[in-house]
Amino acid sequence: MGKVLIFVEHSGGHLRTASLPAITFGRAASEHQGGPLVLVMLGKTLGAAAREAAQFGAEVLAVDDPALEHYLAETYAPIVARIAKEQGATLVGGTATSTGKDLLPRVAALLDAGMAADVTGMSAPKTFQRPMQAGNVLVQVEVTTPVVVAAVRQTAFPPADPKAPGAVTQVAPGAVDACGARFVSVATTQSERPELTEAKVVVSGGRGMKESSNFKILEELADLLGGAMGASRAACDAGMVPNDLQVGQTGKVVAPNLYIAVAISGAIQHLAGMKGSKTIVAINKDAEAPIFQVADYGLVATWEKALPELVSEIKKLKATQR
Amino acid sequence: MKILVTLKRVPDPEQKVKFKGDAIDFTGVNWVPNQFDEYAVEAALRLTENASAGGAGGAVRDGEVVVVSIGPKEVAQQLRAALAMGADRAILIDGDDGALDAEMVARTLVKLVEQEKPDLLLMGKLAADSENNQVGQLAAGYLHWPQATFAATIQAAEDGKALDVGREVDSGVEIKRVTLPAVVTVDLRIIAPQAIKNGKTAPDHAYPEGPRYASLKGIMAAKKKPITETALATLGIAPSLRVKTTAVTAPPARKAGVKVASVEELVAKLHNEAKVL
Ligand SMILES: Cc1cc2nc3c(=O)[nH]c(=O)nc-3n(C[C@H](O)[C@H](O)[C@H](O)COP(=O)(O)OP(=O)(O)OC[C@H]3O[C@@H](n4cnc5c(N)ncnc54)[C@H](O)[C@@H]3O)c2cc1C
Ligand SMILES: Nc1ncnc2c1ncn2[C@@H]1O[C@H](COP(=O)(O)O)[C@@H](O)[C@H]1O
Repeated sequence: MGKVLIFVEHSGGHLRTASLPAITFGRAASEHQGGPLVLVMLGKTLGAAAREAAQFGAEVLAVDDPALEHYLAETYAPIVARIAKEQGATLVGGTATSTGKDLLPRVAALLDAGMAADVTGMSAPKTFQRPMQAGNVLVQVEVTTPVVVAAVRQTAFPPADPKAPGAVTQVAPGAVDACGARFVSVATTQSERPELTEAKVVVSGGRGMKESSNFKILEELADLLGGAMGASRAACDAGMVPNDLQVGQTGKVVAPNLYIAVAISGAIQHLAGMKGSKTIVAINKDAEAPIFQVADYGLVATWEKALPELVSEIKKLKATQR
Repeated sequence: MKILVTLKRVPDPEQKVKFKGDAIDFTGVNWVPNQFDEYAVEAALRLTENASAGGAGGAVRDGEVVVVSIGPKEVAQQLRAALAMGADRAILIDGDDGALDAEMVARTLVKLVEQEKPDLLLMGKLAADSENNQVGQLAAGYLHWPQATFAATIQAAEDGKALDVGREVDSGVEIKRVTLPAVVTVDLRIIAPQAIKNGKTAPDHAYPEGPRYASLKGIMAAKKKPITETALATLGIAPSLRVKTTAVTAPPARKAGVKVASVEELVAKLHNEAKVL
């Protein structure tokens, strides 16, 4: 009857919403494992973020220390692994964010545990479903070690809703050893739009947008729909948009209700990041573009012609809805 | 600097996956180097050469690049290609792709690190087939080495005793310093023209985008470069899987879509049929 320990993230003094699907997963895992769900959060000055995490009906173990101000796999992994042992956790998990993907395998190494990556489902305490080969193969994996580590795909589990709050318990970090690693700096891109991985609508542009200024019309469309902006690798590489908008195998995995791909050919590595979207729209001037094979609605047209029309038609529709 | 680079062979991602009952059908599969690993090889070469010296004769190499793969004997072909790009020698650890998991690969790398004592274990961030995204982190954990995953840039620091790695993270780019020895896993943009500054090549040097092509001279030279073969058992790696694949299926097919003739029709369908507007 082991506990389930879920690593949750915070940023800007708040619980990261990217962690909510992992909490949902943790609740299901706790039924499988037969032990309670416990959340663990590391950092400096956690007060508010830890209280936010406690709203999800589980005890929050907060490891609050100035030495943990910046995330480092080297300092975080031993603490998470130690707490997992102290708590008697049989499953340790988190969301497969860039932090989760960096941290959880190192935790698995320290726990001598097998790890299931990019988990999209769970059918038994140690049996998980996950995609492979850019989403073209689904496998079921069974982890054979006593303790299991799982990184869950953010879009595969709904965000958890709040429950009767749990307690926040402070846990001492113990010795913090960075193993010769040091955080130097981070350059983040600010955006007023919803986060790519959480948006209900994503509007993405590809190489066919030709230049950065042409993305204005895509932004207008995204804002009209309350959506986020995305892009293909080619558009990022060409410097039209920041790299963190990249959707795909190397970018973010998204699964919105509506994904609009404009001037994107539909390479498998791009499809890997958006095939899970509910409704897919493709606008491309090439009728043979592979993106049309996954699109629910395809429009063969140049964006120069189609986008202004689309913006004005949607505005018209919105006007009648008011 | 001595660099151990990993290279896995994977089915060509451009080829359609075929299934035979409840397994992947590998007949007729074209095996290619995992792209991220090809990028790692390129990054290793850039880190160990002075590309601004040597004139028309090519870059001046300073350091050693050893490429390792765990796989069937046929993987010698992919290793040979890395040698033709410029790597110095290769190690082939005999193993059946299907009977490996991330832990076995990482434990094998630990053994090789103990034998070879590299300054840097440089790897792809992800194998395009398994997409486990964990071997590098596991190896770093077992070795108690610092790790810098998802590297988009690498810059030599502290007189070559450390690396400043630009990591692509969810919110942007993080710079992390790791003292050597360390594990670095590379992302796509590591092959950009100015992604790597090794402290020897002039800082404004621009490489051609992408992994280098093997020259004819490189291909000839590769024929004479050694590929050492070892068995997993010789290294003391037990063939037991911590993560077993128990079922393989094709993802559910998406319902066939339709082409619309106009923007008006598109908006009508999105509103009335898909109900997303
Ligand atoms: C290891 C690896 C990982 C990768 N990871 C990713 C990833 O995560 N995400 C990703 O996106 N890619 C990834 N790629 C790259 C991927 O293979 C493709 O190269 C990339 O997705 C192509 O981007 P694109 O569709 O914008 O460009 P292109 O393939 O060049 O397509 C441009 C499209 O625009 C259309 N077009 C041109 N002009 C117009 C116009 N005026 N109006 C309408 N349509 C127009 C064209 O018909 C064409 O279909 C990866 C590649 C590798 C090797
Ligand atoms: N069989 C293998 N041989 C050599 N390197 C490997 C092997 N499997 C994985 N790797 C390395 O580990 C990286 C991450 O793989 P993975 O964790 O499986 O996604 C790959 O990019 C390779 O560099």
